[in-house]
Amino acid sequence: MKRYSLSSIFTEAFRDNLGWEKAWTKRQPKKEYQIIIVGGGGHGLATAYYLAKNFNITDIAVIEKGWIGGGNTGRNTTIIRSNYLQESSIGIYEKSRFLYETLSQDLNYNIMFSPRGVLMLCQTEHELRAMKRTSHANRVNGVDTKMVGPEEVKEIVPIININGPRFPVLGALWQPRGGTARHDAVAWGYARKCSDFGIDIIEQCEVIGVKKKRDKIVGVETTKGNIKAKKVCFVAAGHSSVLADLAGFRLPIESVALQALVSEPIKPIIDCVVMANTVHGYLSQSDKGELVIGGGADGYNNYSQRGSFLHIEETVRALVETFPVISRLRQLRQWGGIVDMTGDRSPIISKTPVDGLYINCGWGTGGFKAIPGSGWATAEMIYNEQPGKLASPFSIDRFSEGRLIDESAAAAVAH
Amino acid sequence: MLNLFCPICLRDCDETELSCGGQAHLIRRDHASSDKDFYEYLYERKNDKGIIFERWRHVYGCGKWFHIARCTLTNQVFGSYSAKEVQPPKSILATIRRSRVDFKGWVK
Repeated sequence: MKRYSLSSIFTEAFRDNLGWEKAWTKRQPKKEYQIIIVGGGGHGLATAYYLAKNFNITDIAVIEKGWIGGGNTGRNTTIIRSNYLQESSIGIYEKSRFLYETLSQDLNYNIMFSPRGVLMLCQTEHELRAMKRTSHANRVNGVDTKMVGPEEVKEIVPIININGPRFPVLGALWQPRGGTARHDAVAWGYARKCSDFGIDIIEQCEVIGVKKKRDKIVGVETTKGNIKAKKVCFVAAGHSSVLADLAGFRLPIESVALQALVSEPIKPIIDCVVMANTVHGYLSQSDKGELVIGGGADGYNNYSQRGSFLHIEETVRALVETFPVISRLRQLRQWGGIVDMTGDRSPIISKTPVDGLYINCGWGTGGFKAIPGSGWATAEMIYNEQPGKLASPFSIDRFSEGRLIDESAAAAVAH
Repeated sequence: MLNLFCPICLRDCDETELSCGGQAHLIRRDHASSDKDFYEYLYERKNDKGIIFERWRHVYGCGKWFHIARCTLTNQVFGSYSAKEVQPPKSILATIRRSRVDFKGWVK
């Protein structure tokens, strides 16, 4: 693989950019691999990447039903933060945020990580109290966040209306090291580096069956033929239940459509990420000038990748009240993704009832921020055949054992 | 916007009038059940991509629960029926079969 560098840009500029290679090679499946990762989104590719980088395993296939970056990795609002409440969540999300800081250098691919700061507004007394608790939990666990008052919020985001009327801003939880990154670039960067390691990236290949021998996995059946493997990991987000069904077990997961939209591009008006959890809306401005807006998830299970219009209306209505300046903007695009919700809003990184089959799912409405950390922890679990320190709290047993990791207050999405 | 028929009010209602209660026909467990059964009742869901049977409540109307059959991929609705039914009625299954030839029937 040719390295991207200043000199490579110069060289290519003088020969009509004819020397650039394809970022990753599209492969056809071989008969057998050591490990198969089902799902070529950020989490799947990161898992394959850290298996190769940290454990020197490259006999891996990453199977993707559609195309790389076409699922939730390319459908989110690109927010990166780690201001969670529970110790185990902070562990994995902070690891992830930390890895994001140097990911561009690590992957030799500009993921445009922009630590512009994340502001989580408190618009009710209860939310203020909950966020104060979160900020203390963050401080105890070494996450750099602090509470700021309404005046400071106004200083950070001059376009905000802090006086209500319905939901005045009472304060906010400020994580200056949080921010955004280019979501497609994260998927492409991981794919390019995986391909460089010799990992096979197989697109347009759907898993339609799971091959088992006495409760042990021996391979998968795909639309491009049968592939054998000693270990398989499902990293399929919203479609995890469909895959689990093929493998013969059920998951504590429900899939719903979550939507986002962008406005027409305008001059820079906001230089951080603002999340308003009470009214269910969040806002940031992309480098192209579009306001990136996320909102509520649908209230019922579906796989439609569209979402209900009423949720867009709800989100925009709330944001117009908080940011009156955006009231005349027009919507440019709207899209939906299928998110996998668990009961406690925390992910599942776990072994399964099938020997040799692992699963990474349940990231719900906030998976993008966790991509590097999740890949790191999942790779560790697959290599050691048991979850490590980062992943062990997120095992599937936690539901039956009653040790839920309640993060319903940490998510900004209505669910 | 989903538009569902409330079998109690006998009229069509918009999604905004209703609230979804998740998978229908779950077997309710109590403290006397085994841990496995209780876990299944509390957490495990079919979460099918395709035809599902689910509970809805007419919150901003009669306040009563009812069941519907719906496709989670297309959001096509195949009809509503009473929440008293312990399994989907034959008429609903027949309606589904008319538009989905590969429908395998209701699985517990």
